Amino acid sequence: MTTLAESGTESRFDALIAADERIEPRDEMPDAYRATLIRQIAQHAHSEIIGMQPEGNWLTRAPSLRRKAILLAKVQDEAGHGLYLYAAAETLGVTRAELLDALHTGRQRYSSIFNYATLTWADVGAIGWLVDGAAIVNQIPLTRCSYGPYARAMVRVCQEESFHQRQGYESLHVLAHGTESQRAMAQDAVDRWWWPSLMMFGPPDSASTHSSKSTAWKIKRHSNDELRQRFVDLCVPQAEVLGLELPDPDLRWDEESGHYRYGEIDWDEFRAVLDGDGPCNHERIQRRVAAHRDGTWVREAAAAYQAKKNGAAA
Amino acid sequence: MTTGRALTALTRTLKPLDAYALAVGDDALIASHRLSEWLTRAPDLEEEVALANIALDQLGQARFLLGYAGRSSGLSEDELAYRRSDREYRNCLLAELPNGDFAHTVLRLLLFSAYQRQLYAGLGESADDELAAFAKKASVEVDYHYEYAVSWTLRLGDGTEESHDRMAAALEELWPYTAELFADDPLASGLSADGLVPEPERLHGPWMEQVTSVLAEATLGAAPSVNRRPGGGRAGLHTEALSYLLAEMQSVHRAHPGATW
Amino acid sequence: MNGVTREGLEQPAGAAKSAGAASTVPTVAREGLDLWEVFVRARRGLSHQHVGSLHAPDAEIALRRARDLYTRRGEGVSIWVVPASAVSASDPGEKEPYFTPARDKDYRYPTYYELPKEVRGL
Repeated sequence: MTTLAESGTESRFDALIAADERIEPRDEMPDAYRATLIRQIAQHAHSEIIGMQPEGNWLTRAPSLRRKAILLAKVQDEAGHGLYLYAAAETLGVTRAELLDALHTGRQRYSSIFNYATLTWADVGAIGWLVDGAAIVNQIPLTRCSYGPYARAMVRVCQEESFHQRQGYESLHVLAHGTESQRAMAQDAVDRWWWPSLMMFGPPDSASTHSSKSTAWKIKRHSNDELRQRFVDLCVPQAEVLGLELPDPDLRWDEESGHYRYGEIDWDEFRAVLDGDGPCNHERIQRRVAAHRDGTWVREAAAAYQAKKNGAAA
Repeated sequence: MTTGRALTALTRTLKPLDAYALAVGDDALIASHRLSEWLTRAPDLEEEVALANIALDQLGQARFLLGYAGRSSGLSEDELAYRRSDREYRNCLLAELPNGDFAHTVLRLLLFSAYQRQLYAGLGESADDELAAFAKKASVEVDYHYEYAVSWTLRLGDGTEESHDRMAAALEELWPYTAELFADDPLASGLSADGLVPEPERLHGPWMEQVTSVLAEATLGAAPSVNRRPGGGRAGLHTEALSYLLAEMQSVHRAHPGATW
Repeated sequence: MNGVTREGLEQPAGAAKSAGAASTVPTVAREGLDLWEVFVRARRGLSHQHVGSLHAPDAEIALRRARDLYTRRGEGVSIWVVPASAVSASDPGEKEPYFTPARDKDYRYPTYYELPKEVRGL
């Protein structure tokens, strides 16, 4: 429990939370609330920009001009989402430079789903359907997060995400109903992305050491398992329409609960990837670090030019 | 699906205006592709968004022009984009050069977008209504690309010593490739006589005026004097870079013959 | 795309192995990059609404970045950018932003995609 500052401050903040009102940047807030949000928003922003890499990997090889345009628009959106989110985090008193530094040095994370490799064109479709689908399930509740700038950024992000998911699903549908080689490619991609997508919702509720603070502060509104179940229930019928199988022999409809029951997730794999031992952890950060480092002279030049102009105007 | 041989034959026998549109479309397509290579490598997130925006505009232009060019021969935009070899591509060499550093990319965009501005302004007067309408819309887009390129040319030319040196090096390397943009072209000359397209040589004066003024303001001095004039792109004679670009770009499409995406 | 790292909310004891870099990457302070607040009029007849903020060295670039960031799905809008320092605020009051995508590049829109009729949840 954080020590209270002034009792007056805490109670006004508490009253806003209790009334389901939004906290805005100029409101008084507990240090721990501020720190939790900075971390969560920043990691969300980092995920957006790191997420550009797995799909960006197929941009130069998109097999039709229409798909190329769609993918380019999607990757651009992700950069834009990063910008919205860094801006939201900055309202809490950090700079983008500090946040990027935390990403580059491993002090802050990004969603570990992006540590998997995109091995074929069909992976782009699978990511759109499954990874963006999971993101939407996670993000819709965040549109009601207690912190105003984050909630508002989420509204905008969710609107744009729905395009992302649909383009992925449509692409997979075309592949699944295409040539033999396309169909095999689509099934292979789903086989590789299904389980990691389920892991995006985090550890099971029983194992989570997550504090109740995020719930109390209305940052986190649903449990991991709740959201994961919601996602599975959406995907199973969608897979049937695709005509592709989900790689889970234990998947079955449970009449009693009204949900699809699914098999055991490999939590060892989850932990390994989280700890840096996934297929692309190193590459993702190295690309990010290199882009930032290679761009240093550009940013310095822009700053120098601006200083000259300001100096001249003074 | 058109067979390879039929495709080659068809692209060799395009009507003049279609062949012209194909060349302009190839410029935009290849330029767009090079810009898209910057995604996840740009100096800042804002530039990721801006470069993607420009690449998307250029891709949109390419799609219209390839569609237009292939229509009377029954060739689709994708057949033209993905099944021609580099000997059948008609883009200018400037568009296909590898990206280099950000200075190189910015300067290439300056030179290229300034050219497209003049080109599309001329094409906006075309006796062909469809091309004219396209050009008017595309003009709005390339104005924006040009503004972006000017903004960065000034910042990098007149920023730090390092940025200035990189821009100067880029200028030395790229300038020779601009001659091709305005070179005498019998195809274009024939069409301009019919009021269908602008004469390439006529575009040179206004282009030169704009570009040299920006270079001067960016403290990059006068344009370099050069004794080489690389060319041949309009005739399918490209640098060695293009076949690598196309090999990558076309790889997935070619791996699944006859497939829809 | 998704970024909510539920699994990462707890601070790990040491830096993750994925860090890669042994030393801190030099970062350039964003000098000369002011914060701007962005207001967009989505359609004629509506007023400008606050949609967010961005960094830029001057108004020209701020407008361009606002266009790139906030109007990818709408043309024919009016954008205002105001240095954040110029905003005087009552305590505490900020307007709700108004996000209304208008049509432009239609492949950006969910309705552009042909999905099988029987699929749900997309």
